[in-house]
Amino acid sequence: MSSIVAIVSVMLAAVLIGAFGIRMSRTTSDFYVASRTVSPLWNASAIGGEYLSAASFLGIAGLILTYGADMLWLPVGWTGGYLVLLVLVSAPLRRSGAYTLPDFAEARLESMAVRRLSSVLVVLIGWLYLMPQFQSAGLVFRTITGAPSWAGSLLVAVVVAVNVLSGGMRSITFVQAFQYWLKLTALAVPLVFMLLAWWSDGLPSLAPGDPWSLPLHGREHPVYETYSLILATFLGTMGLPHVLVRFYTNPDGRAARRTTLVVLTLLGAFYLMPAVYGFLGRVYGLPATDTVVITLPGRLVGGVVGELLTALVTAGAFAAFLSTSSGLTVSVAGVIAQDILGGGVRSFRFATLLAVVVPFGLAGAARSLPVATVVGLAFAVAASSFCPLLVLGIWWRRLTTAGALSGLVAGGGLACGAVLATIIAGPHTGWAEALLAQPAAWTVPVSFTVMVVVSLLTPSRVPPGVARTMVRLHTPETLNVDRGDWHPRAM
Amino acid sequence: MTGKPRRVVVTSPRTAAARRPRHPLTREIDEQTQLGEVYMRSLVRTQFRLALFVCTVLACVIGGLPLLFLLVPELRAARLLGLPAPWVVLAGLIYPAFVVGAWLYVRQAERNERDFADLMERR
Repeated sequence: MSSIVAIVSVMLAAVLIGAFGIRMSRTTSDFYVASRTVSPLWNASAIGGEYLSAASFLGIAGLILTYGADMLWLPVGWTGGYLVLLVLVSAPLRRSGAYTLPDFAEARLESMAVRRLSSVLVVLIGWLYLMPQFQSAGLVFRTITGAPSWAGSLLVAVVVAVNVLSGGMRSITFVQAFQYWLKLTALAVPLVFMLLAWWSDGLPSLAPGDPWSLPLHGREHPVYETYSLILATFLGTMGLPHVLVRFYTNPDGRAARRTTLVVLTLLGAFYLMPAVYGFLGRVYGLPATDTVVITLPGRLVGGVVGELLTALVTAGAFAAFLSTSSGLTVSVAGVIAQDILGGGVRSFRFATLLAVVVPFGLAGAARSLPVATVVGLAFAVAASSFCPLLVLGIWWRRLTTAGALSGLVAGGGLACGAVLATIIAGPHTGWAEALLAQPAAWTVPVSFTVMVVVSLLTPSRVPPGVARTMVRLHTPETLNVDRGDWHPRAM
Repeated sequence: MTGKPRRVVVTSPRTAAARRPRHPLTREIDEQTQLGEVYMRSLVRTQFRLALFVCTVLACVIGGLPLLFLLVPELRAARLLGLPAPWVVLAGLIYPAFVVGAWLYVRQAERNERDFADLMERR
């Protein structure tokens, strides 16, 4: 009962806080990026709030419980990805002035073809990321209330759509910042109680000789899968559509770097906890599913306190569904509105519906995989497409339009193919399963190689304004230099 | 010797030394002269080297850990502070290490940019 109250309160809070933003979002530019008036701590909390999805809140603990120590790499990669993002892209990307990944592609390569291809990839990655959010919303809702799965998915989809439609980005920033702290509390407080319960039980440990806690164990090709996971998570973070938009709300490149540093700290604090949930779940012999975070507090603590703690983690889980889904929806809708429907507030509204309805449909139709596994696939696609585009685009002058296009097609195409083969036709066996379920180890090198080789073969197609773009990307804002006159297209 | 030493005129021999440019160096960049390009390339290269250094260290640590577990199987079951060592590292110590690394990077990257700005604005 108290869990249902918790779900309702989180939903209401999200909608109410969102409604505050409505008065502030009047022009289109406000609508998309909150007019860049967000302070660094707010901004970092918002990035953290947006980033910590159902996969982080529920999925990691579930996978650790299922497979053991190898899954510890998942949160490590999802944090370390920000370190790679910090050193390779954060400041130049902010300085590019791009709102979205397609904006960046257009600004750097001066090509509408690259822009359109990037838009398609943003939408695909966004939908792939949204689908498991809706699926696990259904799963948690069913665990708590016994209602069918689609009900929980529908609930989250509707609140997200209403929230994005009413407030736009400004409200999202506040909602997201609030959600980070809610999620942190929702995982930390029950953890304290559970550790006390564990202590009063006499600190039971794993069964002697249990290989679960050992790395490189429990799967068929653990070494390959571990390295592929590392590559996907460390390089995929920078290519996530909903993360990049947030960087625009920093006033300059320097602030973008500092914000990223705060984000790393906030994420590090959060990711200390899922492993402990996984460990306690193993010690107390819980079934290995994504719901371990929800069921564990009630199992260990019990009574009224246990019920309240369950309500708290449930609230955190719904905060996770709402925040990530809202951020992704804004990004996907922005791209659809701008690049497919022609811009303006009205097409943004229609695009929002499209951005929510498609993954909601997929959530009902697709094979149900662990949420963190599917999100990991979205990272693999991002790492095989946008990571090379950003890294080469920012640091390598000789990247050409043809190179970027073919790299995106090859890397993004192969990764998407592997994803489809896993979700629709899986599970496979032997090496096929490993290569398709963890494609990054081969798709990322393919993408980089194609981009570099084709660029070298087409030297005449280096964008003419590349020197000016480099000035724009790399000179600190304090210097008064000509940065070119490119602006993101009016929306 | 009649009292005071003789006065001499002290002058710089470098009367023909190069004049300071009359316009700021940023104009070289704006006009994309060769000099401007050299400055830009040096800035990009400095920042890229720093980024590459951080990435290399990261790759060695992150890529090295699974390799270590593979080659030295005893480490998989080793214990640190009474807990399994892989867990202490992967679920604990690695996060503060990320933050420290990021902080050092930000400091150095900002220093590089300040140096570049000073170079540009030196009169």
